Amino acid sequence: MNFLSEKLKKYCIGIAGVGGLGSNCAVSLARIGIGKIVIADYDIVSKSDLNRQYYFLDQIKEKKVLALKENISKINPDVEIYAYDLKLNSDEIIKIFKDCDVIVEAVDLAETKQMIIETVLSQMPDKYIVSGLGIAGYGKNIEIKTRKIDKLYICGDEKTEISEINPPLAPKVGIVANMQANQVIEIVLDILKK
Amino acid sequence: MKIVLNNREKEITEKNELNVIELFEIMRFTFPNIVVKINGELVKKQDYKTSLIKNGDKVDAIHMISGG
Repeated sequence: MNFLSEKLKKYCIGIAGVGGLGSNCAVSLARIGIGKIVIADYDIVSKSDLNRQYYFLDQIKEKKVLALKENISKINPDVEIYAYDLKLNSDEIIKIFKDCDVIVEAVDLAETKQMIIETVLSQMPDKYIVSGLGIAGYGKNIEIKTRKIDKLYICGDEKTEISEINPPLAPKVGIVANMQANQVIEIVLDILKK
Repeated sequence: MKIVLNNREKEITEKNELNVIELFEIMRFTFPNIVVKINGELVKKQDYKTSLIKNGDKVDAIHMISGG
């Protein structure tokens, strides 16, 4: 147990959506020993998810939140995982992420992203939120960045939409997921400083 | 008037005051989902018409891009 992981143990991170961004972000945070992670998603693992999401072939058709909990427990069993198998709405966000220090927005659909960001900004004003926007395609490393707007941080290229020529792929999705995790760590260690 | 839109200075010659919908028209923002903040305050969709942007305001228009 090193100096940093002793500090990281004190924090709880909420992750909305455990697809490409959320599953990789959660695993990254778990590896370095964050204390608690609250995950929420209603989806099941599909074969097409395996090009970028932190699941395995034998987990196809399993609930993502349960599969991720299992995977994290095999990497770092000291992390407490609270898994919610549900479709997020405003009330649920306020309820399940109440005790989280930072919320990671990692859902798929634009309108759900907006709902989550607006709920946190307007009804949970003390929370920091790290959102992933623009994760499709490959290459163009230089365009992947992080932008800060008060307590909202945006990671991604903020422009690439998913399409036939720009599918979501492990390298770029993984970069943005880890940028989100990296931002979370900076917020808890350098700003919140429990 | 001059505003700061998404961290960039933007000169708007069309008007001296405008609401969010007018700003979107001038900027040709056509995305269906955009999170808007004026001087740090969140502006929800139902308030786009009544929320005024004035000279010197800081506006963030964050485009919600699907994919996660």
